[in-house]
Amino acid sequence: MRPFRYARATDAADAVARYRPGTAYLGGGTNLVDLMRLGVAAPDQLIDVTGATIKGVFTLPNEPGRLFIGAATRNSDVAAHPAVREFYPMLARALVSGASGQIRNMATVGGNLLQRTRCPYFQDTSMACGKRDPGSGCQANAPGADTENLAILGHCESCRATHPSDMAVALTALGATVHVTGPAGDRQIPMPGLHRLPGREPERDTVLEDGELINVVELSPETFVPPPVRQAYRKVRERASFAFALVSVAAAIDVGPGGRIGAARLALGGVAHAPWRCHYAERALAGASASRAAFEHAADAELRPARPLPGNEYKVRLARNLITATLEELVTPGGAGPSPGKRP
Amino acid sequence: MEPSATYQVTVTVNGERRTAKVDPRTSVLDLLRERLGLTGAKKGCDHGQCGACTVLVDGRRVNACLALAVAYDGARLTTVEGLAQGDAGANLSPLRFSPGGATPRTPRGTGDEGANLSPLQQAFIDHDALQCGYCTPGQLCSAAGMLTEPGPSAVTADPRQEPELTPGEIRERMSGNLCRCGAYVNIVKAIAAVAETKGAVP
Repeated sequence: MRPFRYARATDAADAVARYRPGTAYLGGGTNLVDLMRLGVAAPDQLIDVTGATIKGVFTLPNEPGRLFIGAATRNSDVAAHPAVREFYPMLARALVSGASGQIRNMATVGGNLLQRTRCPYFQDTSMACGKRDPGSGCQANAPGADTENLAILGHCESCRATHPSDMAVALTALGATVHVTGPAGDRQIPMPGLHRLPGREPERDTVLEDGELINVVELSPETFVPPPVRQAYRKVRERASFAFALVSVAAAIDVGPGGRIGAARLALGGVAHAPWRCHYAERALAGASASRAAFEHAADAELRPARPLPGNEYKVRLARNLITATLEELVTPGGAGPSPGKRP
Repeated sequence: MEPSATYQVTVTVNGERRTAKVDPRTSVLDLLRERLGLTGAKKGCDHGQCGACTVLVDGRRVNACLALAVAYDGARLTTVEGLAQGDAGANLSPLRFSPGGATPRTPRGTGDEGANLSPLQQAFIDHDALQCGYCTPGQLCSAAGMLTEPGPSAVTADPRQEPELTPGEIRERMSGNLCRCGAYVNIVKAIAAVAETKGAVP
């Protein structure tokens, strides 16, 4: 690990004032410290922001469902918070589907959003990776590359990586707003919109500018389909626990009288460089009658532009089946309840 | 790049205040093992994937290998050495590993030596929840933290409910601790036995 200086910031403005090129903000460190140990990240200054940004989940007495989640809040505290569990069970489920109990106790909300890809070529400094070393190409394009866990949507020659967060998939489906402090002042970034596709700058995971710091994530009931809404987060992985998603889905659906779908929210994880909001599928679902055929049609609408790599074709079928099965379970009376209990 | 400056770090470990000057690259695990002489927490993968290094920070389990010591200045740590009341480690080692064919005894009944194993430690012995023992300090600290953690897990049917601590819940909640010997079945039994007597709600 390269040497670095360490300092604790007292508040967000202090953190931003201390920022200069080569600085990394330190949250729980569960990803950053590991990347520093691997030689993938080599900041010369760490600014510890765990005491600088907002900590805790805050509600407003007369606006049920409006939540402010501090960026320094530990993942486990968000998942266990009564308001999160009551209004956004898919978010609680997404959080506890990620990592391990130990890591969730350390990891912060801000750090979770900004964690880096687990693409094997990003994490191995002997391999070409334009995300790690801009301009060095992408090893995943080589014949016989290990593409099993890489993207099927929104990728290009420059980068085939996927975003690893579970929490971010739920926040993308829920349309969260990310409050940011930076050298040029404060701004709000809607999700989806924080994470970007690789394009010509695979080194940039998000739209954040140098020195910008996430302070709060806001969830607002207006940006979400009104109750009664059923929500689920389902994750398919190679082992039952403590593994990244092959494909995951965050889903909410509002079915009115006569079985007609009022609105639906869908986002996929494990398929793209960013959590993938399923606008095509949502449009296909709105107004349709809740049926397996409608869910399959919606999944197909979303996955039509999918371009799997040699070796990860399975993800297209998996995503289609996962969307369909999750929505079916959500609308089955007396079946899954607010969030399906069956493990994928 | 100039060499790293050193930073003074003070932590309370198992009730005792300890201070060390550390390079900022030092993990809490290396601080404990290399500087403070507490080798109970183990280095397995050093990447947060195996859980052998698990310790408690203010009662919450964390991976000490991913924790930078400078970021934990002022923290209250509990390691496996601090789970028992009294110095259980001092009693355990000669009892269980003394050379010369001494009959191994479990530490039960050694109260006259001032050591009382925690219920989890005793349950691990009673249920044969280990083979080589390398992961055991992490398993014990992880279980101790897990038993006090509220909220749903990934296998809880409804995230709004407080689930019962079934074997399935224990397995899911302990998934951050790997055991290469495969003692999982008895680890779950040992933890379930303690949870039952404590009436623990996760």
